[in-house]
Amino acid sequence: MKLTIANLKRGQRAIIKEFSTDIIPIKLLEMGCLPGNEVELLQIAPFKDPLYLNINGSFLAIRRETALQIEIDVIPESQSV
Amino acid sequence: MSKQINVALIGNPNTGKTSIFNQLTGLNQKVGNYPGITVEKKEGVCKLPRGVKAHIIDLPGTYSLNATSLDENVVIELLLNKKDKDFPDVAVVITDVENLKRNLLLFTQIKDLKIPAILVVNMADRMERKGISLDIDTLEERLHTKIALVSTRKKTGINQLKELIANYKNLSTTPCVDTTLVDTDYFNGLRAAFPNQDIYKLWLVITQDANFANLDRNLIKDTSAFSTKSQSELKKMQHKETVLRYQFINGVLKEGYEVDINAAKGFRATIDRILTHKIWGYVVFFLILLTIFQAIYDWSSYPMDFIDGLFASFSEWAKETLPAGALTDLIAEGIIPGLGGIVIFIPQIAFLFLFISILEESGYMSRVVFLMDRIMRRFGLSGKSVVPLISGTACAIPAVMATRNIESWKERLITILVTPFVTCSARLPVYLIIIALVIPDKRFLGMNLQGITLMALYLLGFLTAVFSAWALNKVLKVKSRTFFVVEMPNYKLPLVKNVLITVVEKTKSFVFGAGKIILAISIILWFLASNGPSEKFDNAEAVITSQPDSQKLTEEELSTKIAAYKLENSYIGIAGHAIEPAIRPLGYDWKIGIALISSFAAREVFVGTLATIYSVGSDEEETIKNRMADERNPITGGPLFNLASGISLLLFYAFAMQCMSTVAIVKRETNGWKWPMGQLVFMTCFAYITALIAYQLIK
Repeated sequence: MKLTIANLKRGQRAIIKEFSTDIIPIKLLEMGCLPGNEVELLQIAPFKDPLYLNINGSFLAIRRETALQIEIDVIPESQSV
Repeated sequence: MSKQINVALIGNPNTGKTSIFNQLTGLNQKVGNYPGITVEKKEGVCKLPRGVKAHIIDLPGTYSLNATSLDENVVIELLLNKKDKDFPDVAVVITDVENLKRNLLLFTQIKDLKIPAILVVNMADRMERKGISLDIDTLEERLHTKIALVSTRKKTGINQLKELIANYKNLSTTPCVDTTLVDTDYFNGLRAAFPNQDIYKLWLVITQDANFANLDRNLIKDTSAFSTKSQSELKKMQHKETVLRYQFINGVLKEGYEVDINAAKGFRATIDRILTHKIWGYVVFFLILLTIFQAIYDWSSYPMDFIDGLFASFSEWAKETLPAGALTDLIAEGIIPGLGGIVIFIPQIAFLFLFISILEESGYMSRVVFLMDRIMRRFGLSGKSVVPLISGTACAIPAVMATRNIESWKERLITILVTPFVTCSARLPVYLIIIALVIPDKRFLGMNLQGITLMALYLLGFLTAVFSAWALNKVLKVKSRTFFVVEMPNYKLPLVKNVLITVVEKTKSFVFGAGKIILAISIILWFLASNGPSEKFDNAEAVITSQPDSQKLTEEELSTKIAAYKLENSYIGIAGHAIEPAIRPLGYDWKIGIALISSFAAREVFVGTLATIYSVGSDEEETIKNRMADERNPITGGPLFNLASGISLLLFYAFAMQCMSTVAIVKRETNGWKWPMGQLVFMTCFAYITALIAYQLIK
């Protein structure tokens, strides 16, 4: 199964791999959500939506439906600083 | 001869753009709207060194030149239109030192338009604490610009910025990124087809959202040399362009920017752990709401009482001092109370905007949006609708104005349309007197029935708002494709100057915008109530004094009786009689009809009108109440205000729009009569039908 940002647990970090759709909003890219950048899940609201992220130094919240479109590679716990 | 320099302040949201605007212009600014749309336009004048003056525009915050909202589109339209009188001689791009990487994206786009640009690195006072160091010379060289390090909190760097603006002619116009690298073939074709055009400008025009068709798109059609691309291909190219820009920025920052990660963390994470917590987050939010309500209802009642008394005595004074006549009556009974009706809202509105701007400036509002989004979305609203719905309990006018930061037009429109259902403070006097009349002062399961009724009415207002939002969401077919991203800014201590300017600006805009209409309505009402078409009205005094039982009355009782008779035969009294057939099924008589008509201007007029009609000289609530309790229904002979007609009235006031000022503000915010009129008709019909059903059932 492909992992997306929606699979992250609180405090987990990952590298953005690619987008599973072409229509990923340009706004998200502009805020630094680009393949290769690091993402950390800071907080989840009740009902697991929206998600509060730190993407490459930008702090932002996105809805779950968007998070499901962003594929990632999780950084294992032991490697985190 | 000194020509004014046109300066545009451009930057991402949350970079302190407005603080810099306030520092540059002081109170020397004006807020208006861009023609045809309700995007705020802020302009000001700034004195530069050597007697030069700058005309400064604070453009709406935007993350890039790829617009997805009306606010952002304003920025692009200005930057692409050299003929616009506001076209900037120099762009001042504001960035936040902590988010430099992301903020530079917009900067590179502006540079590529070949507009001279100054880079402002704001919040420089945070650099040391965050372990950031900048190599200004390298950055200036690589970005082909001049940099001003500014701190609006410490008030440093503003003079350097002014100096740079005055010397804007020395700025380089070398672009940063070569967009044509995204797709060389495509751009070669474009260049061949339009040899005289700037290639990046063309690219921006091509990629602008089709919603924003004001730009001259006829320019770009298929020609033999070049074929247009599909929407999704264009989007992919935009993605590539963004990646390209970030590559450039990363390269620049590697040389000129250093951050010591260990210095950074801490404060933000600690506060967020509480404020966005699944339980504590909501508890804190609830406590903040409680404080705001307290301020709006309780604290503002003191200045409001003062204003009320002030205008009453002012009116009295005018009546006594000015020569008697129609003009004096108009001033004393029409214009002064009308003005009072506007001014009395100032404390509530000022308090509300004080809190809202503190919450926004501090960065807390984004956390509320985060907490509430999922819940609100079930009803077609956005997390960002929370603010207007809260404000609506004070007054729908500032609430409707507070919808402006909702990016999705559909979500914003729904919020505007349902906000008037929320129980505003003007409904309170109506509710209180009717509840006191028709609901027994008894306890049920240990709770006061009257209190329960009042609470139920608040709940009813809120639930109706939410339910109509849900229904509108199903019905409305509004094209709107914005999606939801909220930036979660750093926590900051709000700057007093920014907060005060916001409060003053919003209050002013309320007083002059909605105020004009309230004033006009109150003058018309006064005229209709103090003039009548027939002899009966003119001879009121003679008719009443000649009645046999009038002899026993004191002078005061006599004059109130005359006033009541006059009112019955005035234009508005006649109107009350005219609508009586329509409102009788709801359990009302013609006198309530008058109150319904006159309270269309504002709900709280209802009690005052009834007080006059029932010839109550003093305005003690007890007296009005007793008089109302004595009123008989002409058909049944029972009390006019019984449970059935009382509930019917309560429901009518809960649902009917009954507020001219709200109609006016919705017209302004939606730019036309279509939505406010639809809203007015729907709410009135809905109120009528529910009141009718309630009366017929309970009767």
